[in-house]
Amino acid sequence: MEKAEILVELKKNKSAMAGLVIIAMLVALAVIGPWISPYHPLIPDPINRLKGPSWAHLFGTDSLGRDILSRVIYGSRISIIIGLIAVSISLIPGTLLGLLSGFYGRKVDEPIMRTMDIMLAFPAILLAIFITAILGPSLLNTMIAVGIVYIPHYARIVRSSVLSLKEQLFVQAVRSLGGSNLRIIALHIFPNTLPPIIVYATLGMGTAVLQAAALGFLGLGAQPPTPEWGAMLSEGRQYIQNAPHVAAFPGLAIFMLVLGFNLFGDGLRDILDPSLR
Amino acid sequence: MARFISRRLFHLIFILIGVSVLVFLMVRLIPGDPAHLLVGEFASPEDVSRIREKLGLDQSYPYQYYIYVKNLLKGDMGRSIRSNVPVSQEIFVRFLATVELSIAAMIISSCIGILAGVISSARQFSTFDYVSMVMALVGISMPIFWLGLMLMYLFSVKLGLLPLMGRFTMGLDYHSMTGLVLLDGLLTGDFQLFLNALKHLVLPAFTLSTIPMAIIARMTRSSMLEVLSKDYIRTARAKGLSQGAVIFKHALKNAFLPIITVIGLNFGLLLGGAVLTETIFSWPGLGRYVVDSLMARDYPAVQGCILFFSVIMVMVNLVVDILYFYLDPRLRIDGKG
Amino acid sequence: MRRFKMVFMLLTGALVFPAMLFAQTPVKGGTLTWGRGGDSVTLDLAQATDGESIKAGIQVLENLVMFRKDSMDVEPQLATSWEVSKDGLVWTFKLRKGVKFHDGTPFNANAVKVSFDRVIDKTHPFHKYGTWRFPALGLGPVKEVKIIDDYTVTLRTEKPFAPLVANLALWLCPILSPTAIEKFKEDIGRNPVGTGPFKFVRWIKDDQIILERNEDYWGQKPHLDKVILKSIPEVSARFMALQTGAVDIADDLDPDSIQMAKTNPNFKVIERPSVNVGYLAMNTKKPILSNKLVRQAIAHAIDKDTIVKTIFRGLAIPAKSPYPPSIWGYNYKIVDYDFSVQKAKDLLAKAGYPKGFDIELWAMPVSRAYMPEPVKTAELIQSYLAAVGINAKIIRHEWGVYLDKTSKGEHDLCMLGWLGGNADPDNFLYGLLHSDNTKPPAANIAFWQHAEFDKLVKDAQSVFEKAKRSEGYLRAQEIFREEAPWVALVHSTIVRVHNKKLRDVPLRPNGLNSFQMVWKEK
Repeated sequence: MEKAEILVELKKNKSAMAGLVIIAMLVALAVIGPWISPYHPLIPDPINRLKGPSWAHLFGTDSLGRDILSRVIYGSRISIIIGLIAVSISLIPGTLLGLLSGFYGRKVDEPIMRTMDIMLAFPAILLAIFITAILGPSLLNTMIAVGIVYIPHYARIVRSSVLSLKEQLFVQAVRSLGGSNLRIIALHIFPNTLPPIIVYATLGMGTAVLQAAALGFLGLGAQPPTPEWGAMLSEGRQYIQNAPHVAAFPGLAIFMLVLGFNLFGDGLRDILDPSLR
Repeated sequence: MARFISRRLFHLIFILIGVSVLVFLMVRLIPGDPAHLLVGEFASPEDVSRIREKLGLDQSYPYQYYIYVKNLLKGDMGRSIRSNVPVSQEIFVRFLATVELSIAAMIISSCIGILAGVISSARQFSTFDYVSMVMALVGISMPIFWLGLMLMYLFSVKLGLLPLMGRFTMGLDYHSMTGLVLLDGLLTGDFQLFLNALKHLVLPAFTLSTIPMAIIARMTRSSMLEVLSKDYIRTARAKGLSQGAVIFKHALKNAFLPIITVIGLNFGLLLGGAVLTETIFSWPGLGRYVVDSLMARDYPAVQGCILFFSVIMVMVNLVVDILYFYLDPRLRIDGKG
Repeated sequence: MRRFKMVFMLLTGALVFPAMLFAQTPVKGGTLTWGRGGDSVTLDLAQATDGESIKAGIQVLENLVMFRKDSMDVEPQLATSWEVSKDGLVWTFKLRKGVKFHDGTPFNANAVKVSFDRVIDKTHPFHKYGTWRFPALGLGPVKEVKIIDDYTVTLRTEKPFAPLVANLALWLCPILSPTAIEKFKEDIGRNPVGTGPFKFVRWIKDDQIILERNEDYWGQKPHLDKVILKSIPEVSARFMALQTGAVDIADDLDPDSIQMAKTNPNFKVIERPSVNVGYLAMNTKKPILSNKLVRQAIAHAIDKDTIVKTIFRGLAIPAKSPYPPSIWGYNYKIVDYDFSVQKAKDLLAKAGYPKGFDIELWAMPVSRAYMPEPVKTAELIQSYLAAVGINAKIIRHEWGVYLDKTSKGEHDLCMLGWLGGNADPDNFLYGLLHSDNTKPPAANIAFWQHAEFDKLVKDAQSVFEKAKRSEGYLRAQEIFREEAPWVALVHSTIVRVHNKKLRDVPLRPNGLNSFQMVWKEK
């Protein structure tokens, strides 16, 4: 499919466009955040703690009197970065391993895939907890942990597409013309593995944000007072009864971001890879 | 087939060795001293070093691993550092609680997910289709701990419909035979007990089921759509078979393969999701235990749990593969899997 | 006239009172459900270090002596009387007669010897069945247990050790049935058999512990049929459980939930001043913090009143000394560093940091009675430091790592607290601030060394007269104030929140009580 063609399809796809609009809005918020946020996101104001939504504080205030709207706005940067970095951390090594393992066959394949099997034998969140515990809790380490956990998923997806691509006529043809392995992988196989990876990565952005939030719930996420949405949500659960807005707005924000990426990923999948439909 | 299974079992052994080494190293790589944690912030240095010695933590890693594996081969997973109880016992009681929860969640998510997916595909682009697919997206976008607390607040504090937490009413004079409360209720014909346990299971199981439910619904829908567009379905329709017969007899059977894969893969997700669900609903399961043990650096307990988890995961994958084998005749020929 | 009115009221009160008293006769029966944050680890309290184990275990096990139900004074329990020899080395205990363990084994001198010897005697056959913690705090000083006759034992210590009786009242020195110890071996912790008012029935791990009334109890028999301790790890769920009536008592609630409980007519909130301190230690081994002026500036920068109001919701008092006024020898004359941004800035300028500096502020990852919301406290402190130009970065490690690294002195500023088990100033001053305790793993995590302070505290240890010891401690607190190795933040109030239907709920300053006398309205 040509690029122009993809764009046309994309415009026609309602789900993808809805997702794209949500993502674009959140990205815009992240970029212009510091200029539009009404208050400083970190400075406590204890007298005004746990105030409900009002004109002065549209989303209300948290337990230290900080403006939740401002914190959500600042948090958008953090959550988007978490998604991007965590996905890159799983995507890049995952793709490389998948390519090698699929292309070179048994001797390379066995050790790589068995290692992946070992990683997959850990439930994802436990492996993430392990890695964060070893590295120490910080935002970067959360991203690394969430990223590493999903490496095997990408490796498996890429490997299976490489396995089928390898046998196809055009690859056989290049090989018989004396193309080097590296050339074959880089120019002929890799580009064709992209559609499923892109789809999976888009969906993975949402998963990464949720996993980071779960780590935040266990106290292993970003360091306070970083306005990370997961950490805000988990702090707010104490006030479900007397100040439900503290959890509601960050919860809604996470939901929107994940929803945006999922809608977009779904649309993309319909276009790029109809067989997965 | 036999060759296939034996190959898989060989993998299992390989994976278990890998997992055991990895866990062994990882728990020890995490900074923090189990002995110090055991005695807490009010400990004297002498207490700490005496306990390190007693636990054998002053030995070299290779030696500690050697002892660990030697005991493991004898079926001894060691004793928990915290409670001084054999790890196998600690795991077993909690495992059954987790099994009850995950199986209930699996049943809820499979039933509702498959049904929603089938109806959506049969009436593609209808209102039901849109609503259920949006709901599915909501399902995978919702942080599980938030959902759980909201459900609890709504259904037990505000409405008073369902119990707040736990597996059965506190202090119920009841000794479990199977470790699964629901099953006990059925086996003894104790309807009260069964109902009691069922009521307690609803909220946590539903909370845990949302993510897999959404994934299964989406997968069923797309898989069904693909099958429904095939020639033989058109032929069946042309023959004048009813809509119901076409969908359930012909289409669903053929669309089942990817659905089963997804259900199998999600079992792992359930075990992981149980960590948070169990904490929120005070469910005495393994997910909570492994996190607590990790935080207390209870090395034997963590090692035992992870090893146990991985056996389950590998077994589930094996079962999925075997089902595949039977459902998809093509796999039987090349036998690769 | 007014006086007469009062007398009149008192008189009528005296007439009405017995009637009320009659209405208040305890009702026998009922089940008490008790929601708490975690499960017990072991019910053999000689091996326990965590509050959740002790909470449950002291319902089942008893000691030779025990603290009174609402203070930290010691009274007889399984021993009826005791005396110490003239040289202060040999303690003789007369034991209570006619007491039986829950398994029917009679309580006697042998039971005491077996229970103690398994802990202190490395050659004892039962020694290998346990991981014995804290011997220094418990039976450590005891060198020999001797049976004189069936109801008399003697304990011999190497050196005269005055606090021995208080030690024996701690949870670490329970008397268990020797038959059960032999039968259950290392599993005694899951099958505790004592002499207490409640018998152990069943323990479903991570879920609930069920206890029932000991019908043969030697003292006043308990009113309740059953006590069930239920673990509810999530704090908001614990409060919901109290609201729905699923539990009668909810432990360790967050300060905001306690406020909600106070306004709810169905609940009662009991408060006691505790014997704890929450503090911010300043690592004096770090170049910047080795400067006394900097430490004083930090002390001026922090607004303790707001911390008490906002974080503790009033359930604490601001601290100015390492130990609370509820412990003897407290120096009331000390004037605390007042909250003043200007003074802090001036001191920083004088110290050579007019523009402030960067520093790490370590926050505890777990909540404790002395620090229920450590992260929020750290966030507030961070903002106070920012106001005087100090840029603090909050570091939160997981608990295990936190204890490890702070005891090695890797931190700059770090938050921690202390619960004074035996309510003695020495416990705080020697344990947390003496230079003896600066060797890693250190308990003096300010790594503060001060010759005069050291000497005062050390000298006071060997003095037996309270008044004389006090003198040294009063001066030591002045030095602490001046040198500011910590910012002493708060002494928190301990609370117990329960359903109004429960009556006669006791609360000791350490929060650990037997529920023998508790009863429940029908």
